[in-house]
Amino acid sequence: MDFTLSDEQQMFAETARTLLGDTCTPDHWRKMVERGDNTDPERWAAIVENGFTLVLLSEEAGGMGLGELDFALIAEEAGYVALPEPLIESAGVAAPMLAALAPDHALLADPEATIAVAHPLNPLVADADRAAAILLERDGHAFLARTDQVRLTPVETIDPLRRLFRVEWDAANAEDLGLADWDLALDRAALFAAAQGLGLAQRAVDMAVEYAKERQQFGKPIGSYQAVKHHLASAQVAIEFARPVVRAAAAEIGHRDVQARSRVSHAKIAALEAADKATRASIQVHGAMGYSWEVDAHLFLKRTLALTQSWGPPAFHRARIAGRLFTQPAGPDQTFARETHAAAATREIVHA
Amino acid sequence: MDLSYTPEQQAFRAEVRAWLEAHVPAEPLEHFDATREGFEAHREWERTLKSGDWGMVTWPKEYGGRGLDLIEWLIFEEEYYRAGAPGRVNQNGIFLLGPTLIEFGTPEQKQRFLPPMASGEEIWAQAWSEPQAGSDLAGVRATAVRDGDDYVLNGHKIWSSRAVFADWAFGLFREPESERHKGMSLIFFPLDAPGVTVNAIRKINGHVGFAEIFLEDVRVPAFNRLGDEGQGWHICMATAGFERGLMLRSPARYQVAAAALAGLWQDHKQDADPVLEADVVRAFMNADAYALSIYQTASRLMAGAKIGPEASTNKIFWSELDIHLHQTALSILGPKAELVAPPGEHDWLDDYIFALAGPIYAGSNEIQRNIIAERMLGLPR
Repeated sequence: MDFTLSDEQQMFAETARTLLGDTCTPDHWRKMVERGDNTDPERWAAIVENGFTLVLLSEEAGGMGLGELDFALIAEEAGYVALPEPLIESAGVAAPMLAALAPDHALLADPEATIAVAHPLNPLVADADRAAAILLERDGHAFLARTDQVRLTPVETIDPLRRLFRVEWDAANAEDLGLADWDLALDRAALFAAAQGLGLAQRAVDMAVEYAKERQQFGKPIGSYQAVKHHLASAQVAIEFARPVVRAAAAEIGHRDVQARSRVSHAKIAALEAADKATRASIQVHGAMGYSWEVDAHLFLKRTLALTQSWGPPAFHRARIAGRLFTQPAGPDQTFARETHAAAATREIVHA
Repeated sequence: MDLSYTPEQQAFRAEVRAWLEAHVPAEPLEHFDATREGFEAHREWERTLKSGDWGMVTWPKEYGGRGLDLIEWLIFEEEYYRAGAPGRVNQNGIFLLGPTLIEFGTPEQKQRFLPPMASGEEIWAQAWSEPQAGSDLAGVRATAVRDGDDYVLNGHKIWSSRAVFADWAFGLFREPESERHKGMSLIFFPLDAPGVTVNAIRKINGHVGFAEIFLEDVRVPAFNRLGDEGQGWHICMATAGFERGLMLRSPARYQVAAAALAGLWQDHKQDADPVLEADVVRAFMNADAYALSIYQTASRLMAGAKIGPEASTNKIFWSELDIHLHQTALSILGPKAELVAPPGEHDWLDDYIFALAGPIYAGSNEIQRNIIAERMLGLPR
């Protein structure tokens, strides 16, 4: 039993923090929004160069062969900067899915290429316009299509740096990759959305703390008032009790049992609730400034809103946790327990 | 990161489980704060625990403990709560004063105080608060005046848990004329010493769970001072950090309650408001999150880290989850919520009332939020 990150993992997270912190500031986003872009080629090149797109790919597929915990640490840092590029869904969900189905696929040889994924749980597809290809689902199969083989209709959203599209497609114009593991794709996507939620939440708190130290009212910094302190302390508590759930979910995702899925769902709910609490507290602490376009707090709020409802809204994930709670033993000796054979067998029969 | 137990840890769990199955009383004991009989029944349970060497599992072996690491401690606590074993009447001694004595005490003090604490012969109460010094503990006014080899204690302590039936108390006393954090010493006194008057205070559940203590020229040997003269505040903060951080409330306590809540829901969902299922799931999530967080902290401490101001987040989280969990149970019970449970049945109402104290004791949650804001986030005082 060891609930600590390795030195390598901490160093990797530190690298991601520095790179993304330097290249993805509020100033960068604002320029992108003004240009109408959702990609900064220089930043994307740096992300690729550091290997962040290769973390989850096996060494045979030209990747680093690391695990979900390693990638979750990067996702946390991506959340901290509200990263515009689709690193998380492409490298964390779509590319590993493609690699599992077609390890020698030419697309995997180009680490700069992004892949979008149309999961049946999501009515719309994020960042489909800039993707080299889209993974689509029909009857459990995964199909791969280039963007010129499908019809993309942009749908306006509140987050200017996360574009959504309605995708119409014909299986005759797509490459059938066979039966795919859409459940694993969902688990990964939900886990990495949770990890981003931690980053979004911490950024919102950090911004508000900086502002509350500077902003003076009644002759004192507003951060010296308890009403302000308690907003931010409560948000920090929510973060502190979401983080270990995200880390445990990442470490256990490979078990693929009802407990592992429940923990991923718990991570998604808890981390995005922390982000909701923190981003709203941040806007409140910034006062009228917080309600202005000029202050960055709203960007984190909007990303939080988007991630909360995509990859399974809270009710979906709550039902998965209920599925674990009401079918498996619960109690203090069950924190790290795995699914009992009887329950697993029942599930197999139901699925067959 | 490896979230599985080693074979040794699994064997340890089996050993704890077997011993508890053989020794936990079949009938629940009367609460230790309710009556002298209940208190003495719990003292007897402490003796039973000691007989199996399960009393002070984290203490070093030389002081009657097992020297367990924090993961083993968590396993022990999980089994303890799972078995429904009695509450620890000597928790002020075992979890608060004991570790502090081991860190700051002289060999002679350890020899004098630890063995009877371990065996339950001497049950300890805490005497931190005073009428004018609650959250602002540095406002303590009780005095200790040195007279040869003795101290003469005077003052008024209040909200002292266990003091009605306990044998000893520890508290902060200051040198006359000293102010705030300076000049305070941590001193032990017997609750039956001449000059000590203990008046029970009834809690909102009717139990005499705490007391006020009047000290009038109470003479104790200087031997009863822990640490150096004037070091009391420093020692007290070390104790409080540990209390909030880890050992005051085991995650297992809430995991047992969350599992029972899931059972209550299954039994009553035909008649209950369907929206409550979300709260039942929430209670399970919260208890699980608290457990994961403590495993994470335990791992970090074992890897050499020190507990910091983030300990304050624990106290807020468990106290709030406890209230939510029990409020959910009462909502499920509906019109039956206000009924006092017959003996032997799960007393959701009493547990709810107990949970309401959580945000108040061991440093109110308002103070904890200040600590988080100032020491963790760096906001100005």
